[in-house]
Amino acid sequence: MSTAMDTESTYSGYSHYSGHSKKAHRQGRDRHKPPRSKDGSRSEKSVTIQTPPAEPLLGNDASRTEEGQDDNWGETTTAITGTSEHSISQEDIARISKDLEDSVGLDCKRYLGLTVAAVLGLLVFLTPIAFILLPQILWRDDLEPCGTACEGLFISVAFKLLILLIGTWALFFRQPKADIPRVFVFRVLLLVLIFLFVFSYWLFYGVRILDSKDTNYQGIVQYAVSLVDALLFIHYLAIVLLELRQLQPMFTVKVVRSTDGESRYYSLGHLSIQRAALVVLENYYRDFTVYNPALLTASKSRAAKHMAGLKVYNVDGPGNNASGQSRAMIAAAARRRDSSHNELYYEEADHERRVKKRRARLVVAVEEAFTHIKRLQAEEQQKAPGEMMDPREAAQAIFPSMARALQKYLRTTRQQQYHSMESILQHLSFCITNNMTPKAFLERYLNPGPTLQYDRDRWFSKQWTLVSEEAVTSGLQDGIVFVLKCLDFSLVVNVKKIPFIKLSEEFIDPKSHKFVLRLQSETSV
Amino acid sequence: SHFTFFSFQQRIEIHKLRQGDNLILGFSIGGGIDQDPTQNPFSEDKTDKGIYVTRVTEGGPAEVAGLQIGDKIMQVNGWDMTMVTHDQARKRLTKRNEEVVRLLVTRQSLQKAVQQSMMS
Repeated sequence: MSTAMDTESTYSGYSHYSGHSKKAHRQGRDRHKPPRSKDGSRSEKSVTIQTPPAEPLLGNDASRTEEGQDDNWGETTTAITGTSEHSISQEDIARISKDLEDSVGLDCKRYLGLTVAAVLGLLVFLTPIAFILLPQILWRDDLEPCGTACEGLFISVAFKLLILLIGTWALFFRQPKADIPRVFVFRVLLLVLIFLFVFSYWLFYGVRILDSKDTNYQGIVQYAVSLVDALLFIHYLAIVLLELRQLQPMFTVKVVRSTDGESRYYSLGHLSIQRAALVVLENYYRDFTVYNPALLTASKSRAAKHMAGLKVYNVDGPGNNASGQSRAMIAAAARRRDSSHNELYYEEADHERRVKKRRARLVVAVEEAFTHIKRLQAEEQQKAPGEMMDPREAAQAIFPSMARALQKYLRTTRQQQYHSMESILQHLSFCITNNMTPKAFLERYLNPGPTLQYDRDRWFSKQWTLVSEEAVTSGLQDGIVFVLKCLDFSLVVNVKKIPFIKLSEEFIDPKSHKFVLRLQSETSV
Repeated sequence: SHFTFFSFQQRIEIHKLRQGDNLILGFSIGGGIDQDPTQNPFSEDKTDKGIYVTRVTEGGPAEVAGLQIGDKIMQVNGWDMTMVTHDQARKRLTKRNEEVVRLLVTRQSLQKAVQQSMMS
């Protein structure tokens, strides 16, 4: 197998369309390099464009100088630089500007909400203390003396406030982990409730106690204690509404990625649509393999080929019957006896064989590389001081022997954009430090992992939009479908209710397990 | 018209053959109330726990007398054989002091033959 066949010119950078063509088999050494944005349709029968030799396109240089050099990784590193010479399409400009403006706008909204809540919380917390202290400050001499009973109440107020403080800290003082489109209904409800509550208490206090300068101090302290009790109950309500209600699973949610059909199922409780979307996205980063646009080009080119090459002639005269024309095209395309299924089959079989071969070479190379490294025991360290290396140096020492096999494997599985040489070296020194076997080192490269494993720049999915026919603050119901869109793909979420299970019992007495021998004798007489 | 009930039964008289110390009849039986009726290949009704003839020795007294494989033995010398255990059936057939046994057997082919002759 010649080396030229397994090199693909890949695009990395903001215009993430990667050209590839396995059609190199049939069309010789032509290299396709579409300089347009990915929305343009490509006909496979078009003229091929030769790449100009001075293109600083990452990955291309390696393909040409591949023979013999292992340490050319620096040129093939997928570092995204702003000085890339290829043109940025309209889409990319839109995306960049969107990223910038969104990050500024939402911060203000987030901090405003937090500030309001914090101020309200502080006021609420200080209210009982104010209730107790104000009479002492304003009309101390008129107050009835109140001995042990009041002291007991003071202690209980103090401890209840402490418990409230700890509980509020535990429940509410958290870094906000997401920006959601609409307000959190239950939170707003609770804030309003607290506000009304405290307001009515102050009203009562102001009218009945401050104005009339009530002298029954014990009554006043008991009033403050009742406020603290009520606040504790509101805190309990907050726990139930915000934390506990959604724990019991009521719905099963199916999430399908639109580009490659990868799907997962999750169990959710009673949540609003936006909260459910948050849960789905948190799980998306952990469970779904990373979105790789390089893997989608084959089906697109097949689809383009299918409809290309058919022309419609309007024989019956003028009259632009567009729908009729397209229907005629579809019918003709369906009837056309093409052998694209054959091509697909052989292409896939070929690709698989190639991947397996590369993988075998890679595994052998890595195993051999790891045998060169041996961890020194404590005593041995004194004996050979000159040759000792720290993990980073050890990694750099064995890296060249496996670099080429790894590079080829990543190219074949189209993962080369996700791993730069620096990241590979880091991972290698990490594995060496933690005594991992070659297989453990390779686990990261052999199969595409979840999105979280990779560098943030390669995610293609940071800004999400929730598209829903129902209001996003309404609760989940059976049959709801909503879509989480980011620029390159979308996640379609389908909600189904967990069925009502009828479980009945049947009691079996352990003594009722009795057995009988089934005979079948034949006797001759 | 009146209905006449035919009994699809046949009487077979077997003369036992002496072989050394034993008197043999030349066939094998299967079935019995202590056996598993579902494993009987000859019965039409798989809950039938009667005694069936499972094998007939060639040239033996039973074959000579006209006993066929698959026959259900209803009586032996007047003793009922429809509700006996396997061992009881064996004992009733192999009594040492009897040289002749008279069996009342029923047979599916017999039933069908009579039915066909009735219809034609």
